[in-house]
Amino acid sequence: MEDLSLRHATREPAGGTEAIAIVGVVASGNLEVLVERVLTDRECLVEIRTTAHGFDDVWTAVVADFVERYSPGGLKFSINDGGARPDTVSLRLAQAVRLMERAR
Amino acid sequence: MATWQLEREARDRRIRAGSAVARGKMVEAGDATRLLEAILRPGDRVCLEGDNQKQADLLSAALLAVDPAKVNNLHMVQSGVVLPEHLDLFERGVAKKLDYAYSGPQSARIATMLFGGKIELGAVHTYLELFARYFIDLTPNVALIAAVSADRDGNLYTGPNTEDTPTVVEATAFKDGIVVAQVNAIVDQVPRVDIPADRVHFVIATERPFFVEPLFTRDPAAITEGQILTAMLAIKGIYAPYGVERLNHGIGFSTAAIELLLPTFGEKLGLKGKIANRFALNPHPALIPAIESGWVTQIHSFGSEVGMEDYIRARSDIYFTGSDGSLRSNRALCQTAGLYACDMFIGSTLQIDLQGNSSTVTTSRIAGFGGAPNMGADARGRRHPSKAWLTAGQEAVAGGNALLRRGRKLVVQIGETFGENNVPLFVENLDALELAEKLKLDLAPVMIYGDDVTHIVTEEGIANLLLCRSSDEREQAIRGIAGYTDVGRRRDPKQVARLRERGVIRRPEDLGIDPLDADRNMLAARSIKDLVRWSGGLYVPPSQFRNW
Amino acid sequence: MSTTPLQPLTAPATVTSWYEASARTRTRLLLDPGSFVEFIGPEKREVSPHLKVFDLPEQFDDGIVVGCGSLGGAKVLIAAQEGRFMGGAFGEVHGAKLTGLLRGARDIGSMPVLILFDTGGVRLQEANAGELAIAEIMRAVIEARCAGVKVVGLIGGRSGCYGGGGLIAACCSSLAVSEQGRIAVSGPEVIETNRGTEEFDSRDRALVWRTMGGKHRRLLGAADAFVDDTVQAFRDAALALLGEAGGFGLEILTKEQARLEARLRDFGTCADALDIWSAMGISHADAVSSLPADEFITLADAFGRISHDAR
Repeated sequence: MEDLSLRHATREPAGGTEAIAIVGVVASGNLEVLVERVLTDRECLVEIRTTAHGFDDVWTAVVADFVERYSPGGLKFSINDGGARPDTVSLRLAQAVRLMERAR
Repeated sequence: MATWQLEREARDRRIRAGSAVARGKMVEAGDATRLLEAILRPGDRVCLEGDNQKQADLLSAALLAVDPAKVNNLHMVQSGVVLPEHLDLFERGVAKKLDYAYSGPQSARIATMLFGGKIELGAVHTYLELFARYFIDLTPNVALIAAVSADRDGNLYTGPNTEDTPTVVEATAFKDGIVVAQVNAIVDQVPRVDIPADRVHFVIATERPFFVEPLFTRDPAAITEGQILTAMLAIKGIYAPYGVERLNHGIGFSTAAIELLLPTFGEKLGLKGKIANRFALNPHPALIPAIESGWVTQIHSFGSEVGMEDYIRARSDIYFTGSDGSLRSNRALCQTAGLYACDMFIGSTLQIDLQGNSSTVTTSRIAGFGGAPNMGADARGRRHPSKAWLTAGQEAVAGGNALLRRGRKLVVQIGETFGENNVPLFVENLDALELAEKLKLDLAPVMIYGDDVTHIVTEEGIANLLLCRSSDEREQAIRGIAGYTDVGRRRDPKQVARLRERGVIRRPEDLGIDPLDADRNMLAARSIKDLVRWSGGLYVPPSQFRNW
Repeated sequence: MSTTPLQPLTAPATVTSWYEASARTRTRLLLDPGSFVEFIGPEKREVSPHLKVFDLPEQFDDGIVVGCGSLGGAKVLIAAQEGRFMGGAFGEVHGAKLTGLLRGARDIGSMPVLILFDTGGVRLQEANAGELAIAEIMRAVIEARCAGVKVVGLIGGRSGCYGGGGLIAACCSSLAVSEQGRIAVSGPEVIETNRGTEEFDSRDRALVWRTMGGKHRRLLGAADAFVDDTVQAFRDAALALLGEAGGFGLEILTKEQARLEARLRDFGTCADALDIWSAMGISHADAVSSLPADEFITLADAFGRISHDAR
């Protein structure tokens, strides 16, 4: 397993008021993303545990694009990855943000 | 005095020799090897019918059992190298040289044998190309074919999987060759005559029906959200604007997703009757919902598909059927139809390079070409217009006299940026190049040449290569939809942004598609069982596809 | 207790395939809307202590969702296995969550338990802990039932209900199964490996399903209800079974024993499920596998063996 921790400053806080959400499952080519609204408004943290070694630069690129696009300020993302492809990772991250955007 | 009928005399000698182990044309299965030893000569060109679906398996086994002292150095000219026996022939020295088109299941072993010098390779062909050479310089001396049944005169019924048989027999029988057929049964009267008796010299009844592979069944349960997204992009971004009515689909999951989205997503876009109504296509089970919803008018097929027999019989308005009601397929004619009468080919591949060349070859596997290059190539001899063809032609060459402008066939590659096991679809250099160097080939085995490809679709968007005006633009257009692959991450963001403004690259959001909407609930069928339900119980899937 | 991690609000229960849905989606759509409260949710990160030793990925809920909610207005406890995470297999934490839920049910005494099985059995990497968990869960099911709690199993996921899962299912008050659902102890591959292809060809999927699949289990009386593959159908079945199933004691067990003896006597010599169906008096046994759910339910009601009198 490989651990990665990627911290970003965001333009603005994430929408919605949901405190927590989870999408996906840990399976071959899939991943789970647990999101918690636990950080300050302009801060985003993505912590990754992955079975695939040596893909740091791909993760870094995927997460940077994601943060740029969705500005998920205040959110901490915890990922358990079963070797998902970058497009699947992007999709799950986007799904997670969509869940958090709902009002309670 | 010159003799002009040496071949006929040789043929008659072979028939006489074979007749020694036959009663009339009928040969016992146990005598098959003796028959082959009697009619074959060292160095003969032999077509051992191996199509991509049906296999003359008894005859393969019989040929493998010949005494290599009597029968050797054969030159095999067959479309499919599929059974292990096809390659065992070379190990035993029965065969020496090979000209073929497709080797799916044997792709790894055939590569090893080619490297090891066990096989002298003529060339790897497309189907149509090999069939053409049957009539010019690769005419078989002996054809060993498979049929469903024969009557006592030797008239053959090939059933739904007619495939290559008429072409092989035409080339062999009319050029003084010998045709040997294995049949599942001898009957008083065949359901229909696919091959007339005067082209058939020997018939062997087998105990087991010939092997047929269900090659075109894609289980909807395995279709991913990513494939659904690419399918949505293709429908909305290519099928709709070009008005593609006549087409061929590859066998991958992305095109299966398209087939299953027509009655749902396609319907919502109001495209019914406007796109995808006539196909050159095997009877894909995944197309059943679209057929049942009235999307499809007509389908001509290369071969059949296991389990679709009853459905086809009951839907003769859609398929080509014989007087007996069952499907009549014909690979050579369907390939021709795909080449000349279709406005689009869309299919998947393993590798695409920066100019759009694609290949299914890896350094350890040679799968051959099959039919994709014929489907996925612009037909330069085409002269009839259609909206899709003219629109594509206009995009390729803007300006000039419209009346002198050629149309273009739409050749679309569809896939996800990363394939199975996270292997990237896009590469700087095709593995095919390395292979060609290793094997000292004159040509790298390219499946579809970049200059024939008009569009590439991935989950990142559509690259319209028709609109690229330089090889640099082409490269950036491809990099622009290559996602997080190395090729994609080396794109020039400014140039890609400009290409997007020009519509050369179109992202999901440019087409009004939200990737989060790509959901399996959009598929008209999510399981094989759903397909059975759509068919009203007429589709009977083979056991390996059932979970009931 | 924690708040509910919600899932996307996509398709309703009527069109959501049980087979395809995740454990969380099944739970959310099975229960009354918004009623689910999870125990030891993923944010607690109560993961397997063993998987990291094998360099394998963990899942925050260890592949099982447990909690409470309401079904048709009545309070229920619920556990749902995620069949895609390690085949839904029982590990130490996974098992302990279910054991705890069942012990809680025993102590409360009035809240029924729904177990949404989706499992290949014990997790190979934590076999000892997993085997112990199976024993503990079986005991906990029995104790809960002795305390008057109904325990209903729902089976129709992609991993089926195999190994220890099959044993636990057999301890339940009643079971609902769909066509895709499979219930057995030894799986097809295990049988083939030990006894050869002649005994059982695991690649012959039609054989696998007619031997272990939902239709056969319903006809044999091993499952009480047969349902179509939608979350709504499972919800309806759960409501119906909670209304019916009940009681546990010597009398019931004696009847169950008699029922199983009769089954062995009647069908013990049959070599294939088709023979059993014919012996039951079904005239077109070979057509059973392809019957749509509604037609099959009619057939099963007419010919199938009912088990709940014995349970």
